[in-house]
Amino acid sequence: MKVIEVNKDNFEKEVLKSDKKVLVDFNAEWCGPCKMLKPIIEEFAESNDNVKVVSINIDDADELAEKYSVFSIPCLVVIEKGKEVKRNVGLISKDDIESLIGE
Amino acid sequence: MLYDIIIVGAGPAGLTAAIYAGRANKKVLVLEAKTYGGQIINTPDIENYPVEEHISGFDFATKIYNQAKNLGAEIVFEKVIEIKDLGKEKEVVTNKNTYKTKTIILATGSENRKLGLPNEDELVGKGISYCATCDGAFYRKKTVAVVGGGNTALEDALYLSNLVEKVYLIHRRDEFRGEETTVNKLKEKDNVEFIYNSNVTKLNANEKLESIEVTNKDGNIQTINVDGLFVAVGRIPENQNFAKVINLDESGYIVAGENCNTNVDGIFVAGDNRVKEVRQLVTATSDGAIAATEAIKYINQ
Repeated sequence: MKVIEVNKDNFEKEVLKSDKKVLVDFNAEWCGPCKMLKPIIEEFAESNDNVKVVSINIDDADELAEKYSVFSIPCLVVIEKGKEVKRNVGLISKDDIESLIGE
Repeated sequence: MLYDIIIVGAGPAGLTAAIYAGRANKKVLVLEAKTYGGQIINTPDIENYPVEEHISGFDFATKIYNQAKNLGAEIVFEKVIEIKDLGKEKEVVTNKNTYKTKTIILATGSENRKLGLPNEDELVGKGISYCATCDGAFYRKKTVAVVGGGNTALEDALYLSNLVEKVYLIHRRDEFRGEETTVNKLKEKDNVEFIYNSNVTKLNANEKLESIEVTNKDGNIQTINVDGLFVAVGRIPENQNFAKVINLDESGYIVAGENCNTNVDGIFVAGDNRVKEVRQLVTATSDGAIAATEAIKYINQ
């Protein structure tokens, strides 16, 4: 699956009401490590159809960053049935994303 | 499969080594634990690398990665756990595979030194940060502290002073190691308060960081309410996995001169993880060129 761009308007529909587990990538244009992480996230999304992967640009959705207490990016948050279950701050490898998601 | 050169680390030093080795038609494998680029990806604007007046760390990393790849380097994302010196051949063990090679170049760089406080790791991204330019924007109009006494700490404090309500700069000595001009700029700022001869001794948090305990050299303790604490107390080299084979100095850096030769024939070092005076992008790429040239010489002899 492709990575879906999410903002405050479609957050509820795409993330909170998702049937699948969701991997949320909080990022920004000015953040170098976020840009490094982007292709890794895309590769993960392509090879994992059982997980929905969404990207949130915190400059366009600062209320979402605040709601999830994101104070450092890149920040990956795993959300299942509307609730945060796991989180990772900082650049990580595809293997680490896979273990973050778990099963 | 026997590689000519295995390079550990895909930062500027490692990728420059890959460029030189690729141009010499050597069979090269670059192993990287996370992703290419190294520490430079955190830098928004590089102004001191010759030729380009301004380039972002991200663009720099992408360009040097493509250049190394286009010259034939194979780049694999696996974490190196151990290296073995078997004489003419060496082995590099990762979390997934074992590779054989004639030579190794260690270009693993360094990582942020932590304060070493009990709940520090769990508060990363919840008040604790090691990168002011990455995370400063989240603390607009808030109160933060910077701990450290070198250039990074001073520059972080200056950067943050333009964004946040108040900055406490905490340093364990009464004098800064960093540049005086930056210290003077900080002294002119109304919203920067210096706390000398003190260490951060405790992090108080409830979900996220709320305050820090600061202890001075006389043992006096004060609690300061902060939303963020930026840690800039230096970096430590990532050489622990090589210590069985390679000589390190007391700070953990690989002992090697400007020719990048380690104590083991056929194993070389390049970049920030080597004993050296100046750790800059340009000295890292310089090391990469030297280490690759030395490795090629060793293979051909």
